[in-house]
Amino acid sequence: PQGRLLCGPGLRRSGAGLLVTKCGLLRHRPAGGGAYWVDSQQKRYVPVKGDHVIGIVTAKAGDVFRLDVGGSEPASLSYLAFEGATKRNRPNVQVGDLIYGQFVVANKDMEPEMVCIDSSGKSSGMGIIGQDGFLFKVSLGLIRKLLAPKCEIIQELSQLYPFELVLGMNGRIWVKAKTVQQTLIIVNILEACEYMTAQQRKQALAKLSGN
Amino acid sequence: FMQRGLDSQTKKQLEEEEKKIISEEHWYLDVPDLKEKESCIIEERSFLRCEDLVYGRMSFKGFNPEVEKLMIQMNSKCKEEEIEEDDKMEADVSDEEMARRYETLVGTIGKKFLRKRDQRVLKDDDEDEDDEEGNSNTRPSKRAKKMFLKPQD
Repeated sequence: PQGRLLCGPGLRRSGAGLLVTKCGLLRHRPAGGGAYWVDSQQKRYVPVKGDHVIGIVTAKAGDVFRLDVGGSEPASLSYLAFEGATKRNRPNVQVGDLIYGQFVVANKDMEPEMVCIDSSGKSSGMGIIGQDGFLFKVSLGLIRKLLAPKCEIIQELSQLYPFELVLGMNGRIWVKAKTVQQTLIIVNILEACEYMTAQQRKQALAKLSGN
Repeated sequence: FMQRGLDSQTKKQLEEEEKKIISEEHWYLDVPDLKEKESCIIEERSFLRCEDLVYGRMSFKGFNPEVEKLMIQMNSKCKEEEIEEDDKMEADVSDEEMARRYETLVGTIGKKFLRKRDQRVLKDDDEDEDDEEGNSNTRPSKRAKKMFLKPQD
């Protein structure tokens, strides 16, 4: 194929051809110059530049926070990388806080770095995630399924009751609903979604909405 | 004076020697250039560029109104139709009201710029129906030009 071709995760360029490095389904997107990638399933996250992830603050080292993102190394986050942060106006981040941010540097040679601000200087939803709520881990394939436009699972869940959801590409999901019971119900559904078929899921949701 | 000339000579000799060395290496430099132009494949390691993924923060049924606004913003970056619709909705005053107000507005501002005689004519026309008693002295005298009004006893 002529023109610029995008080869995504799971594929590597070697010489004039492509090598497959992961097992899975090969996907193709004809729009925007054509793109091929391998849709594989895994639980372990590898930091990638531009990905939005949820990190847990493990340490404060001077001006930089160390975040655990589920990768091989803790990521670093500077205190100036928040919206409206200056040397005097520091963000109120404690050890154990949850932070939603994106990677700015993420390759195998260097320690990953994160920021909570996008290229235009606005936070656009990134930063410290509020109090309460429940954080749990799922596989990366499920996250991508949930983030697909018009995801059925999310649409069905949104009919049940009001809740808030933050999905990180590192497999971590944070849920918050009005009561603890509701939160736990949502967590159980999301965890079980991986192995349930669509029918089983609808049955389970019908039981819940009946109750 | 003479030293500078000597330096330039030694420089020329050095340059010639360098050129000889480089001309042998030039052959090696040509081949890598050709190879670099062949790559039209971009390697990408994130799924974000491949698939059309939605923004990661979501809120449902008004749990967190700020996040809901964000959802609309981030998702409409791909589809710009919603932004155009929002602009039409934001007009506080409807079109009909604007037309009505504008009509009266033109009249009131138009009066401001009339000449004095025209202003008197306008005033008399307005007050003709109301004023039969003739309260002030000036008005009957102005109206004398038109018609004579007898003051009431």
